[in-house]
Amino acid sequence: MSNRTTSGAALAAAPTLPSPEPAATPRRFTVPRVALGEVLGVAPFVIFALMFLILPTIYLIVAAFTDSSGGFTLQNIRDLGTDRVVNAFDASLRLSIVTAVLGAFFGLLICIAIIRGGLPRGLRGITMTFSGVASNFAGVPLAFAFLATFGRLGIVTLIFKLVGIDLYRSGFNILSFWGVVATYLYFQIPLMVLIIAPAVDGLRKEWNEAAATLGATPWQFWRHVGLPVLWPNLLGTLSLLFANAFGAIATAYSLVGSGLNIVPILLFSQMGGDVLHNPGLGAALALAMVVVTGIANVIYLIVRARAERWLK
Amino acid sequence: MRRGKPWAWIIFGLGVVYFMIPLIATFIFSLRMRRDGLSFDAYLSVFGDARFQSTLTYSVVVGILAIIVGVAIVIPAAYVVRLRLPWLRQTLEFITLLPLIIPPIVLVFGYLRMYNTSSLIPLTSSAFGTDILLTCAYVVLALPYMYRSVDTGLRSIDAHVLSEAATSLGAGPVRIIYEIIVPNIFVAVISGAFLTFAIVIGEFTMASLLSRPAFGPYLQLTGTNKAYEPSALAVISFIITWGAMGMIQLLTRFAPRTAARTD
Repeated sequence: MSNRTTSGAALAAAPTLPSPEPAATPRRFTVPRVALGEVLGVAPFVIFALMFLILPTIYLIVAAFTDSSGGFTLQNIRDLGTDRVVNAFDASLRLSIVTAVLGAFFGLLICIAIIRGGLPRGLRGITMTFSGVASNFAGVPLAFAFLATFGRLGIVTLIFKLVGIDLYRSGFNILSFWGVVATYLYFQIPLMVLIIAPAVDGLRKEWNEAAATLGATPWQFWRHVGLPVLWPNLLGTLSLLFANAFGAIATAYSLVGSGLNIVPILLFSQMGGDVLHNPGLGAALALAMVVVTGIANVIYLIVRARAERWLK
Repeated sequence: MRRGKPWAWIIFGLGVVYFMIPLIATFIFSLRMRRDGLSFDAYLSVFGDARFQSTLTYSVVVGILAIIVGVAIVIPAAYVVRLRLPWLRQTLEFITLLPLIIPPIVLVFGYLRMYNTSSLIPLTSSAFGTDILLTCAYVVLALPYMYRSVDTGLRSIDAHVLSEAATSLGAGPVRIIYEIIVPNIFVAVISGAFLTFAIVIGEFTMASLLSRPAFGPYLQLTGTNKAYEPSALAVISFIITWGAMGMIQLLTRFAPRTAARTD
């Protein structure tokens, strides 16, 4: 209840004061002691971020260029050139790019269907809620679900067998590259739906009508208006989906095990002490991962800034 | 009544098929433990497992602690930066996005190096220290969502005007945050909290590499040595995730409508 009274006060106060733009007059009520308060307010956050986010990362970057006796070396970076590491990066990049592109494509289709396809309003709410759940339903339980469904003894596999089709004999395998892709799409598509929905909402009905008045077919509308407007957003979400898949480990690890040679699993095995007994190489692997996801996210940030123009 | 276009129905239908089949199949699979028919034996087996209870409890406790720590550091920082130090805002936003750029496995690798037994802060040398480390790791995972929830909350209540009104009535900064700002952005904070909970509860990588008895590593272990229990656990995990996200929906629906301001 107190919520309502305070917000009532805000409503009542609002008209008498000029709407405060954050940057314009931030220090109107400054009292001398507040400078200390500012510091105290931000300090815990900054110290925490330094201790558990920034310093550990810097530590790794330094470790990637340090040899076992503590001197500077480029050997760890050179060691990334071994077959096993190169293959892991190749597989990781393919997995991340394929699931990002397919996830973005199907996610966009679903979004267009529920927002612009004239479906009953309730379906949209259900889809968005489900997307929130499914995008967080990654990891070990998701792998269990796909094994129980498409594994050798999975329900779908058994049903196909009942009607005389042996999925596994015809080349299907949930533990293969495409099986992992199908599993990743279970969280990539919903993530896409969540991120792209505001942008699809921003495509105005009038543009559609204007295009139709000028004689455009729906295909021409999407080719010349819809997709170009969504394009920066699409590129941005692609890089986000890419980073999401690239850093993920639990789903693939409990689906296939350490036999799947992708970068996060390689690093995981290395830290568990199974494979490469070389901490320097581990640090170099970690650094390379950050560089890859970092590039993807820089693209996202640049592109997002461009995208905001159209979607006011 | 909107009837919808055929193509939209087809796409929606295909989506339903892809997303529902694994859920239904997993549920059916989890009922097949007994040879002579369907039963909830797999669930009984899971619930009767002492490690299920202890690991789930452990993860719930760590999750709640992470939420508390996260709220305690994010709210004052977001508030102060929004009102007093706008020049810091970009930096703060960038920092809170970092956990999306730096994969969890990389972070935990850094922790193991930085907080090992021979370091200045040897957190990993004791179980309690490692618990603290895992809690902080989860706070980091939650940072992007927590910060965005709180910042959106602050934007929607016009924190400037509220703070000025409170200051003119003689309230100090701490009192403003706890008696005026927090109650007003409560729904946003709780939404962030449930999202954090959903992310953290089954987390595998960090808990496993820090060797903590959490729910995620327990799930993974069960997957390697049981047949039907994993599918039961998948169903239970899905229900937990659904519960957390459902709470957010529910809270947002009953949220007090305040002076929304779009800037």
